[in-house]
Amino acid sequence: MISVKNVSKSFENKAVLNNVSADFEPAKVNMIIGKSGSGKTVLLKSLVGLHEIDSGAILFSGIDFCSLKVKEKAKIRREVGMLFQGGALFDSATILENILYPLDLFTNKTYREKYQRVKFCLDRVNLQGVEKLYPAELSGGMQKRAAIARAIALNPKYLFCDEPNSGLDPQTAIVIDKLIQEITYEFNITTVVNTHDMNSVLESSDNINFIHQGKSWWYGHKEELLNTDNEELKQFLFSSEVMRRIKR
Amino acid sequence: MKFFEQLGRYFIFITQVFRKPEKSAVWFRQFVRELQTLGVNSVGIVILVSIFIGAAITIQTAYNMDNPLYPRYLVSLTTRDTLLLEFSSTIIALILAGKVGSNIASEIGTMRITEQIDALEIMGVNSASFIVSPKVFALVIFMPVLVIISIFVGIIGGWVSAILSGVVTTKDFVYGIQLEFKPFYIPYSLIKSVVYAYIIVTVSAFHGYYAKGGALDVGKSSTKAVVHSSILVLLFDLLLTQLILS
Ligand SMILES: Nc1ncnc2c1ncn2[C@@H]1O[C@H](COP(=O)(O)OP(=O)(O)OP(=O)(O)O)[C@@H](O)[C@H]1O
Ligand SMILES: [Mg+2]
Repeated sequence: MISVKNVSKSFENKAVLNNVSADFEPAKVNMIIGKSGSGKTVLLKSLVGLHEIDSGAILFSGIDFCSLKVKEKAKIRREVGMLFQGGALFDSATILENILYPLDLFTNKTYREKYQRVKFCLDRVNLQGVEKLYPAELSGGMQKRAAIARAIALNPKYLFCDEPNSGLDPQTAIVIDKLIQEITYEFNITTVVNTHDMNSVLESSDNINFIHQGKSWWYGHKEELLNTDNEELKQFLFSSEVMRRIKR
Repeated sequence: MKFFEQLGRYFIFITQVFRKPEKSAVWFRQFVRELQTLGVNSVGIVILVSIFIGAAITIQTAYNMDNPLYPRYLVSLTTRDTLLLEFSSTIIALILAGKVGSNIASEIGTMRITEQIDALEIMGVNSASFIVSPKVFALVIFMPVLVIISIFVGIIGGWVSAILSGVVTTKDFVYGIQLEFKPFYIPYSLIKSVVYAYIIVTVSAFHGYYAKGGALDVGKSSTKAVVHSSILVLLFDLLLTQLILS
């Protein structure tokens, strides 16, 4: 369980997050939705201290992350797997090496065991025969999947995904959504997903946090989403003709 | 004001770089890789540049000493000392500031803007030390090797040009090379080169590490890396020369 309590964050007196609160539950796909520029990425990065927050608290199973020392922060971070908006694979390393990195750094397994773990993770995301390739040699969707494989290599307790299916075709996008959902349930992960893709919200979300202008605006489940009377949320949801038709 | 802010950030960055690495085996593997990319891969350009510098010094000195009163062996003596005192350390450092410096800044800058550095931090790795310290140690250790190569190749370049242009005979050239050789020039040159290597890597890495924005900004930070490390190399050339030789 991750609790975000009244978090504010600004960059050079430009307020981005304004008193945001949210609870992210274990074994659930917790989604953060909102317009481009509403502060989703900043919130996700603030959770693990990639941005320092100005005020508020972030609790990992009750432990206040921000008050921890560098070493203890690192310990929690090791339980976090993160999928970045652009994949963020190390481009000077092969896919195999990319996924080996966390294993090399934080386990004492033999090479054989580590290799099997890599294989397992790659299989899990349906990638075969790419170990020797470099990230630049994979397609965007394959890179995303490889990045997921890396994120789950150490059996994370928390999985953060920043727009996991942006820039992907609808079919691949669904594959990735499903994958995230499956591993969340399978390994009891507290998953937080940023997205503005309504399709994946309706497909695979358990809890939904709507962020608007840096504030927590709405919270609920997908069943309640379509019947909301929240004006801003309605505007966000039904900006497209298709969504308006779904509603009717 | 901005300058002091930068300076402060640089020193904070340095303290991060020299934190103990997470796992020595992984560190060592990175180190060996950097020895290859930063060191071994620079041998070619060092040889090329040194041949031409040696040749140019020899020919210039020969024409400047076109007076029959000067013995011809002074030409090779001058070539040797110029290479030892200045060129093989400082000029090579300037060349490497261009080659290695821009390479480091753009590599790390790209890692920054494509969130690879964030990805490392998320793994609980101290990214500054993980990425930068193997580079620092690799170049600091390999730089003296490059300087020694440069001195030898420079002298050979001078000798070849002397023969081809006929300004000095081989006999005079060899005599001059051995004449009044001050062994202390060699450690002097190597000490300078080690300082230069440290400057080039840390300054370039600093600019890359704090890059933000897009590809264009990475380009800008790598230009800054080259300019700043070149200026610092020249500044420290002056300081160290004062300090050691006087
Ligand atoms: N490092 C930073 N420095 C200054 N401003 C920033 C920084 N990071 C983000 N911002 C600003 O914060 C705001 C929110 O950005 P953020 O990346 O969180 O949006 P987002 O909701 O993730 O959008 P998208 O859906 O397009 O990814 C933007 O206006 C952006 O300009
Ligand atoms: Mg974003």
